[in-house]
Amino acid sequence: MIRLENVDKVYRTERVETLALQNINLDVAPGEFVSIMGPSGCGKSTLLNLIGLLDTPSSGQLALDGAQVAKWGDAKLAGFRNEKLGFVFQSFHLVPDLKVIDNVEIPLLYRSTNGTPRRTLAQQALDRVGLASRIHHFPTQLSGGQQQRVAIARAIVGKPRILLADEPTGNLDSGMGEEIMDILHDLNKKDGTTIVMVTHDDRFARRTDRIVRLFDGRQVA
Amino acid sequence: MIKNYIKLALKVLGRRKFFTFISLFGISLTLVVLMVAVAIMDNLFAARQPESRFDRVLGVHVMGLYGPQGGMTSMPGYAFVRKYMFDLPGVENQSVFTIQAPMVMYHEGKKIESHVRRTDGAYWQILDFRFLEGGPFTEQDNRDAKFVAVINADMREKLFGGAPAVGRTIEFEGHRYRVVGVVENVAFTRRVGFSEIWAPIRTLKDRSYETMMAHNFGGIVLARSAADFPRLKREFQQRLTSFHFDDPKNFNRVISGLDTGFEAAARNIVGNQVEKDRAAILRIVLAVMTLLFILLPVMNLVSINLSRIMERASEIGVRKAFGASSRTLIGQFVVENVVLTAIGGTIGFILSIFVLKALSSTELVPYLEFDVNLRIFGYGMLLAVAFGIISGVYPAWRMSRMHPVNALRGGAM
Repeated sequence: MIRLENVDKVYRTERVETLALQNINLDVAPGEFVSIMGPSGCGKSTLLNLIGLLDTPSSGQLALDGAQVAKWGDAKLAGFRNEKLGFVFQSFHLVPDLKVIDNVEIPLLYRSTNGTPRRTLAQQALDRVGLASRIHHFPTQLSGGQQQRVAIARAIVGKPRILLADEPTGNLDSGMGEEIMDILHDLNKKDGTTIVMVTHDDRFARRTDRIVRLFDGRQVA
Repeated sequence: MIKNYIKLALKVLGRRKFFTFISLFGISLTLVVLMVAVAIMDNLFAARQPESRFDRVLGVHVMGLYGPQGGMTSMPGYAFVRKYMFDLPGVENQSVFTIQAPMVMYHEGKKIESHVRRTDGAYWQILDFRFLEGGPFTEQDNRDAKFVAVINADMREKLFGGAPAVGRTIEFEGHRYRVVGVVENVAFTRRVGFSEIWAPIRTLKDRSYETMMAHNFGGIVLARSAADFPRLKREFQQRLTSFHFDDPKNFNRVISGLDTGFEAAARNIVGNQVEKDRAAILRIVLAVMTLLFILLPVMNLVSINLSRIMERASEIGVRKAFGASSRTLIGQFVVENVVLTAIGGTIGFILSIFVLKALSSTELVPYLEFDVNLRIFGYGMLLAVAFGIISGVYPAWRMSRMHPVNALRGGAM
């Protein structure tokens, strides 16, 4: 489902060159739930951004769902992200001006899904994360755990094959963290969604199929 | 999707009320000035009563004689209009008239300042005056040099206290004229239609005008359709090639034109001797002035928009992550901006109605009545949308180029 071969990522400024990732080789099978661990600044999020097509590798090969993405332009990348990928961020990144339901509808706006089916799909996604009763609230009216559940609903509303979660429990207390993990496991088991999750938390990482460890931009396990 | 953008735009505007107020203030103020300018232009050049048929009318309003020593630019004389403009093939009607001349008359011991225009009979057929009483004088009246006159409503008020005037007499330039008709007031800005008193040309005491090439006359032709304009213009220029110069040593070149109202204004403003397309020059000058005028509020809006983008970096990152292409984001932001400027435009339009009413009531220009019609509203909205697009495109482009990872971190273009 996800394949990285000899991937490097270098950040260059006028004076400094930082090697964020070095010679990463990773294969994630369809339906696998993989966690990425490592100390701060080791390149976990960079790796997730590369897999999420939000950033490009400096060298090496990246293939998603069998497609080599290196030469794709902006529109094709955007289309792929929309159809195949879902994102969950540590700080939720909900749009504060939009109601919960409108936030969840965002990915569907970029497909030709009409108003009514769009609303139905968004309601179903919110139902799945247990927030069907909060659709007309604004994000600021919800707790952190609820906001993250909205973010998960937004990530899964378009039924992506790959879900990328960047420290989804990082801003939550352990109880809420568990709830979020339960939802992710449910998606992985029932829908067969491939999940790659960056985490600092050993407890949550142990619940996944496999742990990839990074240190100073290198894969150590 | 557009509905969603508009919804979001309104929410974003509501979030930063002070910025929104500043933006809307700038936009509406700019648009008030532009709409007032458009209303003035509309009043000057659009086909309106009594010049309703002027979308089919061409006129000769300026002529110039030039030579090695210099030249003179003047209004055409009666003979010039009759000889070179009359009887062009395929015109529906034609008229010759003087410009409105200011004059002073005394009526029952009262001094009354007025304007008088001398016309032929065809003038009343080409222009569609609204008669409050009576009717126009005819070409026969002109030929017979009958001392008859048409006056406007204001003159009727001044002369007869608003009582019926047809059949009564007025006296000016040493003759008594019988009033045959009263028309509604016509704005001073109407080049051909304006006057306060109209009388037949042949009531002029001195007949020397009949042979003059340069004097204070003008002429118009009513074409069958505007499609005939180029042909008529060519024909007129062709006729000028056989212009007879009385004094070829001093004057050997004649320049005049069969113009639309706008072209005539361009001839006055840009200059009769300028050989290039004067109307195009005037249009460019007006467009450049408009652009310069809107540049400041546009820059202001651009900078406000850029700071708004920084505030919304995370939203941009999210949208990119979930499949918005750069082009889609540009579209979204431009739509939002057009919503903002359309609101500003509507406020500006409402304000401009008050400004135009106030301008009309100052009587700075005699009989000028601005009406705000659909056409002006249309132009105003067009300006507002253009304003929205101009001020939205650059910030939108910057936004769309924001790297999604940076955007999600909340900043740095």
